[in-house]
Amino acid sequence: MSPLRRRLLFGVPLALVSAGGAAMYTLLERMRTDQYDPRAFPSPLLGKPLPAFSLPGTGGLPGFANTDLTAPPRPVLVNWFSSWCAVCPQEAPQLAALARQGVPVWGIDYEDTPTALAEFLATNGTPYSRIGADKSGLTAINWGVYGVPETFLIDKTGIVRWHFAGALTDELVAERLQPLLEQYA
Amino acid sequence: MIPELGHFALALAVAIAGAQAVIGLFGPSLRDPRALAAAPLLAICQFAAAACAFGALVWAGVVSDFTVENIANFSSAEVPLFYRISGVWGNHDGSILLWCLILSLCGLAVAVAGGNLPATLRARVLGVLGLVSAGFLLFTLTVSNPFTRIWPPPQDGQGMNPILQDPGLAFHPPVLYIGYVGFSVAFAFAIAALLEGRVDAAFGRWVRPWALVSWCFLTSGIALGSWWSYYTLGWGGYWFWDPVENASLLPWLTGTALLHCAIVVEKREALKAWTVLFAIATFSLSLTGTFLVRSGILNSVHSFAASPDQGLFILALLGITIGGSLLLFAIRAPALTANGIYAPLSRESALVLNNVFLGASTAVVFTGTLYPPVLNLLTGIQLSVGAPFFNQTVIPLSVPIILTMGAGPLLAWKRASLAPVAQRLALAGAVALVLLAAMTAATNLVTALGLAGGTWVILSALTDLAMRAGLGRVSPAAALGRLVKLPRAQVGAALGHIGFGVTVLGIAGMTLASQSVVVLSPGQSTVVGGYSFKLDNITKAPGPNYTQHIATLSVDGLKLYPTRRFFSAQGIITSDAAIHTNGFVDLYTVFAGEPNGNAELRLSVHPLAPEIWLGGLIMALGGFFSLSDRRLRIGAPSRRAA
Repeated sequence: MSPLRRRLLFGVPLALVSAGGAAMYTLLERMRTDQYDPRAFPSPLLGKPLPAFSLPGTGGLPGFANTDLTAPPRPVLVNWFSSWCAVCPQEAPQLAALARQGVPVWGIDYEDTPTALAEFLATNGTPYSRIGADKSGLTAINWGVYGVPETFLIDKTGIVRWHFAGALTDELVAERLQPLLEQYA
Repeated sequence: MIPELGHFALALAVAIAGAQAVIGLFGPSLRDPRALAAAPLLAICQFAAAACAFGALVWAGVVSDFTVENIANFSSAEVPLFYRISGVWGNHDGSILLWCLILSLCGLAVAVAGGNLPATLRARVLGVLGLVSAGFLLFTLTVSNPFTRIWPPPQDGQGMNPILQDPGLAFHPPVLYIGYVGFSVAFAFAIAALLEGRVDAAFGRWVRPWALVSWCFLTSGIALGSWWSYYTLGWGGYWFWDPVENASLLPWLTGTALLHCAIVVEKREALKAWTVLFAIATFSLSLTGTFLVRSGILNSVHSFAASPDQGLFILALLGITIGGSLLLFAIRAPALTANGIYAPLSRESALVLNNVFLGASTAVVFTGTLYPPVLNLLTGIQLSVGAPFFNQTVIPLSVPIILTMGAGPLLAWKRASLAPVAQRLALAGAVALVLLAAMTAATNLVTALGLAGGTWVILSALTDLAMRAGLGRVSPAAALGRLVKLPRAQVGAALGHIGFGVTVLGIAGMTLASQSVVVLSPGQSTVVGGYSFKLDNITKAPGPNYTQHIATLSVDGLKLYPTRRFFSAQGIITSDAAIHTNGFVDLYTVFAGEPNGNAELRLSVHPLAPEIWLGGLIMALGGFFSLSDRRLRIGAPSRRAA
């Protein structure tokens, strides 16, 4: 091996590590500016309008269709939940607080029965102004829902602006959701 | 008052480490004997200061001083004393302090035990260690200070995550950290050798015991963590290819490669640049592992909550340490030339193969671990890389490693001939092939490969020992006498290989595990993997800071008690798995829930599962046994004149 090639070869580890370091730096910067979240389950709907659907009402509340969300008077929070979901009751206080604040919270009851739903709402309260029943789970597939609970923010032009898989927490509402609610108000 | 003293001691440690770095690195070129003598003293003082800081934090934990934010957030008055102590390193800030303490312990070890090293080399090694120490201590002091006070103090702490209230937590992180951080010594030796421009047999002999100690601890730490997740957390598996698990596996792979190529430097003065590179890579990967856990870049069960600022600080530290050392490597290493030459079929070649395949495994695991964030960086797509990727890439790479590690130790240095080795290994090879054929027919190829490979490694290591003891040539009694007198390094190496073989057997056995999730009411029974499990009853009992529900199971006359614990303070329920083992099969039961007063149970039968950790234990013991070799006890030989 010629001396020059040997020198170049021994520089390879440094070059690789430098590239890796630059990549890590960029990722950290993106995390700092909220452009990258390693824990996020991104939704394919982000930045797009909702697919066509029409869900009947349940739990004594009216249902809704995608046409109700093409131009709502203010941003709507659509919350997927179910009575059999163990995590869903955890976010009941957060949803209730948002509803009190005047944010329209619409629920989609995923693969559930009306009796179980009634019991669930009696125990955990009803933050929802509408509840659609996705009995077959077909709408969930079209939305790309991972599991319940899952929450979507739809802006006044009907575009999905934010999405979270898992129970909402106070911190999450304060740091992520509130700024977006103000931005799209 | 005590936390302030700890805070002060931490600041003092930063200053001392800085002085140690400057004096250690620049002292040797001043040719001032006072500078050379100062480096070890500073290392001792740095350890004393770091120990004071750590002691102060432990004290705050023991007396439950809730004015210290760290204690208030992660402990509470009802946590038992033992976990108030171990809880100190169960969170981000405290664990970084432990990390620093162990790093200064490494400096102390070199200062105290390095008396036989040339004074300039020792000063340089301590200088490098001081530099790394200074960086991480500064990180602790500035952005991750565990002594931050809060006022007014809360009535009680927020409590400790119940999962962490287990003896496993008390020992897993410290043992793992000694392994990670211990490689800093091998790293410091490599940098010092590059600075001096000299890598020779003496270097190989000096660096190996340090690397070996770290390797033993890292092996134990990984095995302990794996055992902990299996035994306590009720996860039911032993390895999940979680990014942080991979982060501990990566330095283990390169550390193993380092141990092997340092032998070649010691015996044959070849593979010098390889050895230096593996020493740098191993510690760099240890640091990267720390970074990945702290930065939150990777989505993992192990992540500590950390801010991107801390991530940037650590990235800068990594840049200086890793980038600086590789720059030095790029400049100095091309001048390192091998003295020993060897034939394609020789012990050296076998060790080169070991390095190549371990290096390739490292690359694969590294790629799989960092693929999700890097892909996101380049394309914005978010995905995760799971076990199928790692299984499909690591299993093929381990086949040549297993083949080589059986035959390698029997090959002669410089130039070996195949025939006598083949003759000696005929028995081991035949047994492995028969097993492979039989098990492929009975189960599947991957399981059969694992079982045959593990058997091959164990039998060939035993053959190696038997040949060295002269079994068959002398009387069995005389052979036993010779076996006892064999150099401990040789026996230790064979034990290490046997341990690896045992682990491979365990992993292969686990592929045959059977599992079933059932809901039983008291009196009902079910059959899983040929064992009949019967639920006798469900009882309630109080615990120190939880209440528990215990399911009593009968299996062939045995009683198993899987338990659910309810921690009222945090509102968390944990499942305590009940495991019965006979050494070869584990009956693994988890009490998952209580629908309508019945018991939801996860029942598993895990063949050969205990062998996974038994193998890890044998590997670590082999390493420690090798360390007690007379050659290492009497110290390194003096260096030949240049």
